[in-house]
Amino acid sequence: MSETVKVPTMAEYMAEGKKPEVLFWVGCAGSFDDRAKKITKAFVKLLHNANVDFAVLGTEESCTGDPAKRSGNEFLFQMQAVTNIEVMNAYEIKKVVTACPHCFNTLKNEYPALGGDYEVMHHTQFLKSLLDEGRLTVEGGKFKGKRITFHDPCYLGRANNVYEAPRDLLRKLEVELIEMKRCKRNGLCCGAGGAQMFKEPEPGIKDVNIERTEDALETKPDIIAAGCPFCNTMMTDGVKNKEKEDSIEVMDVAELIANAQDL
Amino acid sequence: MQYIPNIIFVIALIAGIGYFTKNIRKVIRNIRLGKDVDRTDNKKERFSNMMRIAFGQSKMVRRPIAGILHVIVYIGFIIINIEVLEIIIDGIFGTHRIFRFLGGFYDFLIGSFEILALLVLVSVFIFWIRRNVININRFKSLKGWPKNDGNIILYFEVVLMTLFLTMNAADLQLQNLGADHYMKAGAYPVSQYISPLFNGLSEGALVLIERVAWWMHIIGILIFLNYLYFSKHLHILLAFPNTYYGDLKPKGQMDNLEAVTKEVMLMMDPNADPFAAPPEDEAEVEPEKFGASDVMDLNWVQLLNSYTCTECGRCTSECPANQTGKKLSPRKIMMDTRDRLQEVGDNIDNNGSFVDDGKQLLNDYITQEELWACTSCNACVEACPVSIDPLSIILDMRRYLVMEQSAAPSDLNNMMSNIENNGAPWPFNQMDRLNWNQE
Repeated sequence: MSETVKVPTMAEYMAEGKKPEVLFWVGCAGSFDDRAKKITKAFVKLLHNANVDFAVLGTEESCTGDPAKRSGNEFLFQMQAVTNIEVMNAYEIKKVVTACPHCFNTLKNEYPALGGDYEVMHHTQFLKSLLDEGRLTVEGGKFKGKRITFHDPCYLGRANNVYEAPRDLLRKLEVELIEMKRCKRNGLCCGAGGAQMFKEPEPGIKDVNIERTEDALETKPDIIAAGCPFCNTMMTDGVKNKEKEDSIEVMDVAELIANAQDL
Repeated sequence: MQYIPNIIFVIALIAGIGYFTKNIRKVIRNIRLGKDVDRTDNKKERFSNMMRIAFGQSKMVRRPIAGILHVIVYIGFIIINIEVLEIIIDGIFGTHRIFRFLGGFYDFLIGSFEILALLVLVSVFIFWIRRNVININRFKSLKGWPKNDGNIILYFEVVLMTLFLTMNAADLQLQNLGADHYMKAGAYPVSQYISPLFNGLSEGALVLIERVAWWMHIIGILIFLNYLYFSKHLHILLAFPNTYYGDLKPKGQMDNLEAVTKEVMLMMDPNADPFAAPPEDEAEVEPEKFGASDVMDLNWVQLLNSYTCTECGRCTSECPANQTGKKLSPRKIMMDTRDRLQEVGDNIDNNGSFVDDGKQLLNDYITQEELWACTSCNACVEACPVSIDPLSIILDMRRYLVMEQSAAPSDLNNMMSNIENNGAPWPFNQMDRLNWNQE
C-alpha cells in the first residue's frame, strides 16, 4: 500500500500547543500485526472522512498490559499501566478510542484505580456516535444485501455489555445480518483471550477457533464481521482450516464501512 | 405419659436444628478463612440483584426446561414450609392441624400444597430422567459421590412429598369416618385419589398410617436439613448471600492487586531510596504472597462461591476450553475449592488450628494444565444462575504460578519478556510503532 494518510502524534500536537478531540489508541496488534494494520488504516480513513481531530501516541504507546495481567503477571501489567498512564496524563488525555476490545477493557476498567481516568470507547461505539451526530455517513455500497454474521468479542460483549453498537453499524450497511446460534451474552470465545493468543492450546479434541468458525459457517455467511484484531486472526485461521477462504471473508466492522464507500 | 410424643418431638427438633446450626457455624468459619474483600458498597443494587437472581430465579430460566422445573421445585420448597410450621406447632403442643381456624383459607393452603407437591414429584421425576437416562453431558460427566449426591437429593424430595400426601390421604379417610381428633379441615385435591387405597381399613390402622407418615415426614425434613451440609445442596440457603455479595463490576474488570501497586509505585518513584533499610516494624513481617496456591489465599466471597455451587454444570457446558476437550472445567474449579476448604476445616476441627498437611489447592486439586486452558472469556460467570465467579479463582492461581513460581508456559514467558523489553507481546521495536502508516 502506497498511500499515506496523515496521522498526527500527540507529541506533534503538543509542540503546536493543540489538543486533539480524541486519542486513537492503536494497540500492539493494530501497530504490528499485518492483518490488524489494515483495520487501523481503515479506521483512520473513517476518522479523516468524519473530520475527527485525533492523534496517536506513536512510539510513546506501549502494551496496555492486558495479556500480562490475564497470564497472572500483575507486576508487569501494573508497570505497563503506570507508564502508559504517566504518558497519557502528561498529555492531559480525556477521551480514548481503540479498535481492540482488550485495550478497551483494560483502559476503561483497570486503569482508573491506577490513576488513569479517561472516557474510553471501542471504535464501533465511536463510529456509532459519529453516525448519530451526522458526522459520518454509512451506506450499503457494495455490501448491500450480503449475508454477514457478527462474532461478539468477549471483552466487548460479555465483559462490557456492548452488543448493539457494532450491529447498528452493520445494519446501516443494509446487509442481511444473521446471528449465530450462540451470540451476544452467549457468544462463544474465539479462543484468543486470556493470553491464549500467545501460546499453544492445551491438549484437547479441537481448537476453540474451529468450534467458533463452525458456528459462523452454519449461518452461511458471505462475510464474518469481527470487532477485535485477535478474533479476526482466529476466525481467519478457522475459515482457512475449513478451506472456505475463497468464498468467506473475515472483516472488521471498520473495514466494512470504509470499503463500502471505497475510502 | 400423654406428653411423651411432645417431648420426643421437641428433642428431635432441638437435635436436628442444633446439629445443623453447629455445621453451619463451621461453614461460616471456613468462609472466614478467606481474605477480606469489601462488598459493603451499593447495598441497593446488591439487594435488587439478590431479589432478581436468587429470589426471582431470573438466570435459572435462561434454560427454559431445567429453569421452569426448578422454579416449581423452588416454589414448592418455599410454600410447603408453611405446612412445616404447622407441623412443628402441632408437634410441640400435641394439637392437630392448628391452622384449621383459617377456614376457607386453610382449605386453599392445603389444596395448593398438595398441587405443588404433585408438581414437585413430576419435576423431580423429570430431573432424575435428565440426570440418569438422557445423555446430558453436564450430568453424565458427574461420577461417584457428586452423582449419587444429586440423586439422593431427588430421592429425599420424592420420599418427603409422598409422605406428605400419604399423611393427608389417611387424614382425609379419618375425617370422613368422623374419627376423634380428626376434624374436617383442608382440601385434598391430590390425596383424595390416594385415599381410596385405604378403604376398609380400621380407624386404628388409619391413625397408625397417618401418624407414621406425619412423624417420618418431619423427621425426614430434619434429616434433609442436616444433609445439606454434607451435600452440594447448600445453595438453597447460600444462593441469597452469594448473589448479594456478587461482583458488581463489569465482568472484564479484574482487580488490581494492591500489594503489587505499592511495589510498582515505589519502583516508579524517582525520590525513593533504593538502598533504604526497611522500617523497623516491617522488617519482621513476612512479605505478602501474590496470588493463590491454597484456599486461605482466596477471598471469602470466592469461598462462599464454592459452598454455594450446586454442581449444575452450566458453567462447564458453556466453557470454550471444556467444549473443545481441554481438562478445564469451571465446575471442577468450584468443587475442588470446596473440597479443599472442607479438608482445611476438618483439619482445624481435629487440631484446634490448621496444621500443615502437605497439601494445597494447586496441583493436589487443580492442575496447571486446567488453569492455563482458560481464555478468560467469562462464559462461566455469565452462565452461573447464582453469580459464582470461577474465573477469579483461575486468575488468582495463575498469579501465584507466575509471580511466586515463575511457572508460566514458555510461550507466555516469551510474550511477557517481549512486553518488558519492547512494550509489545511480539518482538517488535517500540520505535517502529507508527510504521504501519508508512507501509
